[in-house]
Amino acid sequence: MQNKKNVNLSLWIMKMRTVIALVIITVIITVLLEVTRNINFLNPLNLVTVGKHVAITAILALGMTFVILTGGIDLSIGGIVGLCGMIAGGLIYEGLAIPGGDIMFLNIWSIIIAVLIIGTFIGYLNGVLITKLNVAPFIGTLGMMYIARGLANLRSGGATFPNLQGKEELGNTGFTFLGAGHIIGIPVSIWIMIVLAIIAVYVAKKTPLGRHIYAIGGNAKAAKLSGVQVKKVTLWVYMFSGFCAGLVGLIISSQLVASHPATGESYEMNAIAAAVLGGTSLSGGVGTIGGTVIGAFVIGILNDGLVMLGVSEFWQNVIKGIVIIAAVVFDQIQKRMNAKASVAK
Amino acid sequence: MSNKTSVHQPIPDNIIYRAQNIVKRYPGTIALKGVDFKIYPGKVNVLVGENGAGKSTLMKIMAGIEFLSEGQLFWKGKEIKIDTTEQAESLGIRIIHQELNLCPNLTVADNIFLNCELTDKYGNIDVKRQEREAAALLRRLEQDINPKELVSNLKVGQQQIVEIAKSLRNEMEVLIMDEPTSALSNSEVRVLFNIINDLKSQGVAVIYISHKLEELIEIGDNITVLRDGELVTVKEMEDVTLQWIVRSMAGKDWGDVFPKREQPDSDEIILSVNNLSCRFGTEQEDLKNISFDLKKGEILGIYGLLGAGRSEVLEAIMGLNLDYEGEIKINGKLLKTQDIEERIREGVVLVPEDRQREGLVPVLSVGHNMTMAGLWRIIKYGFHIDKALEGSSINRMFEKMSVKAPSPRVPVSSLSGGNQQKVVIGKCLLTEPKVLLMDEPTRGIDVGAKGEVFMLMDELAKEGLGVLFVSSEIKEIIGVCDRVIVLSKGKKTKELSKEDITEENLVDASAIGHRTTKVG
Repeated sequence: MQNKKNVNLSLWIMKMRTVIALVIITVIITVLLEVTRNINFLNPLNLVTVGKHVAITAILALGMTFVILTGGIDLSIGGIVGLCGMIAGGLIYEGLAIPGGDIMFLNIWSIIIAVLIIGTFIGYLNGVLITKLNVAPFIGTLGMMYIARGLANLRSGGATFPNLQGKEELGNTGFTFLGAGHIIGIPVSIWIMIVLAIIAVYVAKKTPLGRHIYAIGGNAKAAKLSGVQVKKVTLWVYMFSGFCAGLVGLIISSQLVASHPATGESYEMNAIAAAVLGGTSLSGGVGTIGGTVIGAFVIGILNDGLVMLGVSEFWQNVIKGIVIIAAVVFDQIQKRMNAKASVAK
Repeated sequence: MSNKTSVHQPIPDNIIYRAQNIVKRYPGTIALKGVDFKIYPGKVNVLVGENGAGKSTLMKIMAGIEFLSEGQLFWKGKEIKIDTTEQAESLGIRIIHQELNLCPNLTVADNIFLNCELTDKYGNIDVKRQEREAAALLRRLEQDINPKELVSNLKVGQQQIVEIAKSLRNEMEVLIMDEPTSALSNSEVRVLFNIINDLKSQGVAVIYISHKLEELIEIGDNITVLRDGELVTVKEMEDVTLQWIVRSMAGKDWGDVFPKREQPDSDEIILSVNNLSCRFGTEQEDLKNISFDLKKGEILGIYGLLGAGRSEVLEAIMGLNLDYEGEIKINGKLLKTQDIEERIREGVVLVPEDRQREGLVPVLSVGHNMTMAGLWRIIKYGFHIDKALEGSSINRMFEKMSVKAPSPRVPVSSLSGGNQQKVVIGKCLLTEPKVLLMDEPTRGIDVGAKGEVFMLMDELAKEGLGVLFVSSEIKEIIGVCDRVIVLSKGKKTKELSKEDITEENLVDASAIGHRTTKVG
């Protein structure tokens, strides 16, 4: 009886491990900052800053989670972030050259919509490579990563587009709202994360699309025979991932009021790390949106906390690496415990 | 037969390797329930049983690939524990797997000496010597295979020979052969049997697993029958007949397994297949001009030997392969370009042959597997899964199928084979089909569960479904079908009505077009 209780308790701890890790990491960083630097990590102003960083990782990780749930991977999102930022920056700073030698300045809303469509379209291209041409997701999106990054640099010859606040006389002001604006005291980027996460949870839990995503990752052949449109669903997840990347490209350019072609480098790795920390299995079919959001918080708090503690960038990497590997090791331990528990029955 | 030296002698007591009371548990199932198995040197020890009886599991335990849950292993009378294949190899135990275990990107010689490479004094691989010795081994097998050839360039039968050569590379005492002849031609089988006799005379204990029963009787010295993870019987081969093996493997008297079918009275045709033709690659027979009707409330059997085109007919009806000619109609409506999803909505659904690979999503729960194909029936506004409706559908089907599981929320992978199959059938029924296609629905499930599946087929037919039932088991076809069509080499060779469904008629019709070959 006592034994069974222990088993259940340890199973519960394993299940909640991401939340527990988040709490432990937050506590450690808060205490260390308080003791060594006399900084209050949990003061509202700091939390908002951390939240804005978390939002970037979380939005990318939401798209990545759906991709990984189908058993795929999307390495191109960092590149898409860079390219979409450059396209938005170019349209605001240089305008759009139209035939006849004129230059047209679009209003901000059309620019935002155009850039999101471009991000989604690159995701669509990923999906076509994978579903129609049978390219392995790793390779297809790796290629797309280079292409997008290359195009981002080509857009400006490697230079930065500055002054994206826009000009009143050109009618293209307002872009800074995405990065610096607030709604009820909370930054817009955090709102975007919240709304997107709610939609993602709804899709994953309550719609046939979500169920089909899990089914494809769990067993694509069985899903197909059950009438699941495997190719369409796969296309959708890469398009959604591209959309999220386009969104992040806009948010970062707006926050910096400038766009630089190297923006977003290695962001895909943060997104994968967040998903994996949250319990998503790279072999597909297992994982939750909630877990991914918590995973994004772990990454974000770890990043900011270590910077504030003055830990060198090199050690930051080492620590992040250890946390990610620990997460996967615990995942394996949990699987073994589950298997044992079900054999014992 | 001439090699038998122990005619009418009892099995001598010099057991080289003995498994005692072996239990092997997997999540959700027990593969072996306390099995004893004795292996005698200089003999061919035959192990038989239906799919899922536990033969391969037992062999994997004895070769150190899987670890036993309970029980003991004795090597020459002393208890041993084997955790790794290396340990088994050092004792002299070799295993030739059912699935080939070769690296296709390496040469024949590289494969034969994998993990015991022949090296020169500096530790480099002595390629020349490996090739020479590989050639010698292959000569012993009377095979003309170049040791420098890449394994991927060999035919399957030749690859099997390489696998056998690999096991011969050093001294051994026990050789386990799991279905070694499944890919071999008759002449290659003869060579293999010569080798086996050779090994026997050297005192090697051979464990031989095969589904080709005539072969077993020819090569075997003693026979052990497993059924559903339990030992049924051990016998000397002299006393054994083919019929006896079939009876022991199947166990339970089949009479009680089948429902009493009443002849369906409806003449309404719900599925009609007209002149169905389909082209495949080189290895597979094409389907040629197959026509048949399925009536409401009828169980129509499709019988044929392996490769006759049974599954292919179902695949065309299901839309898995759209590359066919001819007409397929459901309730009079012509299906042409409709994909699987659309055909399911028209009322046709498939219980696939391979439950694990094609039927289930193991990481999802029992309930979510059940609603997967019929999600469109339980959504609101076109995109929202109605939770209450899904819950009641799942509960209804969970009870109707009497799935043995603590709740519909447990992962489907934790269920036993028979219960998993019930989940697959439940999934199909939740689409509310008119036609149910069942491809070998009783494969690898125990006799009790088989009986439940047959009862269910009868019940569904009475409710007005048309059931198209593919099986390679003659008894099943005879037991449940109202009518049977027989395929051979992609052609329909016979249509039998209820009173003509006999073993003889089925066998005759399924052999049409085959050269009658017999081993030995």
